[in-house]
Amino acid sequence: MSTERRVKTAQLATSAISPRVPLLVAGIGLVVVILISTAVGPANLSIPTVAGILLSHVPLLHFHSGASAIDHAIVWDIQLPRVILGGIVGAMLAAGGASYQGVFRNALADPYLLGIAAGAGLGATIVIVASSGSTTWLPAAAFVGGAVAVTLTYIVGAKFGGRSSGNSVVLAGVAVAALFTAVQTSLLQQHAPDLQSVYSWILGSLASATWSNVWLIAPYAVVSATVLLTHRRLLDVLRLGEEEAASLGVNTRRVRLIVVAAATLGTAAAVSVSGLIGFVGIIVPHMVRLTTNASYRVVMPVSIVGGAAFLILADMVAHTIESPAEVPLGVVTAIVGAPFFIFVLRSRRAQQGVL
Amino acid sequence: MAAREIEAAQAIVEFRDLVVRYAESTALHSVTHSVERGRWLGLIGANGAGKTSLLKALARLVPFEGIIYVEGRSTLELSRREFAQLVAYVPQKPEFPPEMRAIDYVALGRLPHLGYFGAEGPNDRAQSLDLLNRLSLGAMATRHLSTMSGGELQRLVLARALAQDAPVLLLDEPTSALDLGRRVEALELVDELRIERGLTVVSAMHDLTLAAQFADELALLSGGEIVATGTAEEVLQEGSLDFHFGTRVQILRTDDGELIVVPRRTKPKGPHG
Repeated sequence: MSTERRVKTAQLATSAISPRVPLLVAGIGLVVVILISTAVGPANLSIPTVAGILLSHVPLLHFHSGASAIDHAIVWDIQLPRVILGGIVGAMLAAGGASYQGVFRNALADPYLLGIAAGAGLGATIVIVASSGSTTWLPAAAFVGGAVAVTLTYIVGAKFGGRSSGNSVVLAGVAVAALFTAVQTSLLQQHAPDLQSVYSWILGSLASATWSNVWLIAPYAVVSATVLLTHRRLLDVLRLGEEEAASLGVNTRRVRLIVVAAATLGTAAAVSVSGLIGFVGIIVPHMVRLTTNASYRVVMPVSIVGGAAFLILADMVAHTIESPAEVPLGVVTAIVGAPFFIFVLRSRRAQQGVL
Repeated sequence: MAAREIEAAQAIVEFRDLVVRYAESTALHSVTHSVERGRWLGLIGANGAGKTSLLKALARLVPFEGIIYVEGRSTLELSRREFAQLVAYVPQKPEFPPEMRAIDYVALGRLPHLGYFGAEGPNDRAQSLDLLNRLSLGAMATRHLSTMSGGELQRLVLARALAQDAPVLLLDEPTSALDLGRRVEALELVDELRIERGLTVVSAMHDLTLAAQFADELALLSGGEIVATGTAEEVLQEGSLDFHFGTRVQILRTDDGELIVVPRRTKPKGPHG
């Protein structure tokens, strides 16, 4: 090995794992996707117009876009809340998936496999049935339902399967989901008129997004993302296994609990406003792992940005592909996600049961 | 108290009346012993004799009764971080995340020296790279663990444990996954590092011949008790090993005085053997 090459290896090795480059790429992707998907729609605005309108809202910049008041209203009041909400939901689902995969050491762990979908679905159903179709309390009920289901999954899986066994938690998730879905089905059978509104929520949609939805979940998203980002290095340590992490001075139990709580908070908040959108938590973190570095120092921040871009893109497909009709967003992500899930299942990492 | 401190200055690891109970059984019945600074204590004994339980109690990984002192302080009084700065532990089957790079794996050993949210700095990375070079893995710093051989991984896990900068190193069967040559190599490396860094080593060892050659002192465990301690000469006795390992053992001596422990079959060879 030449001296020059050795120096280079040493530099490469000693430079800390940094998400800088992938984060920059994902960030540019996110901005492009936001601009395009805000522009695409019935009004067919140009991207410079959209960029101008967005810039005119940046405080202290005093930029004047020169766009018409109608264009301005379309962008700011109709298109943008949907895009931003999609971004937050995508970021939360991706970060949640990455976290659950790390904590339960299972490549296929995902907010939906752990029962959150069934729990949120049951919560939503109860509210819709009880209030005969009103959706005022739907987000809150979905949030509580999802959080209860994940908590139950975690307790059952940890209690009967041992702390480090990711498979037992996933199995517990399947059991909890089956139970919640059964209750939901029997409720729906007794209240057939509400089927339509329950199902339109279950299939996932951002069509009714408003700024108030955005402000409703933003605080949860910020808390969840902050906690998960600050624990990214400890998630790497959990990959070593229970005893080794403990011998490095890590309280593995506490780290797991904090990460699961933060991930559940974020995903439950996302589900409460968007309905059930599957596979984001599997597709995005695995794409990041495959294209960059498997360290959580990279996976977590890049998944958050990439998840936002991914869901905004998916939502754009959902409402343009059969325009003016909308394909449910959950259907779009499932069409992309199901084959990807099989791909992950096949990959070497999943076979080894580790990440 | 004064006596305690003087004693602690010599004995870096000391355990008294140590009991480890699992749900169904007691793995360790009140064992007491101490290890002087810079020495290597080899734990020997049959499967289930309590070697791993003792190591895990010393590593604070299982609940125990009794008391363990490291550097004169009861380990239960130390915070997790303080403890990890004093004691490094290598399990029998370490986990190697396949997609992790060697240097990043070793750098995880710096964790006890960082804050809860802190990131490792250039010094931690440089120190990790130095360790890789010391263990002849420098050229593999950026390789993924999935591409490394068993012998390389064994050295890598040692590098991670050394990155902890802890004066006490606990090894559970450090060579069980290695072939004959790599076994000697790994133990020689541990010995060199022990002398270089003044480490105190406690290791469970399967191979009695190697245990005799490397450890300064042996402790023979049987049925959860320490039944003999001392030099290899003192502990490795045919009758005692026959009894505690439940087989027939012969001890040979090489020309330069090394002991060799050979298990013998207990039943005569069959007609087709």
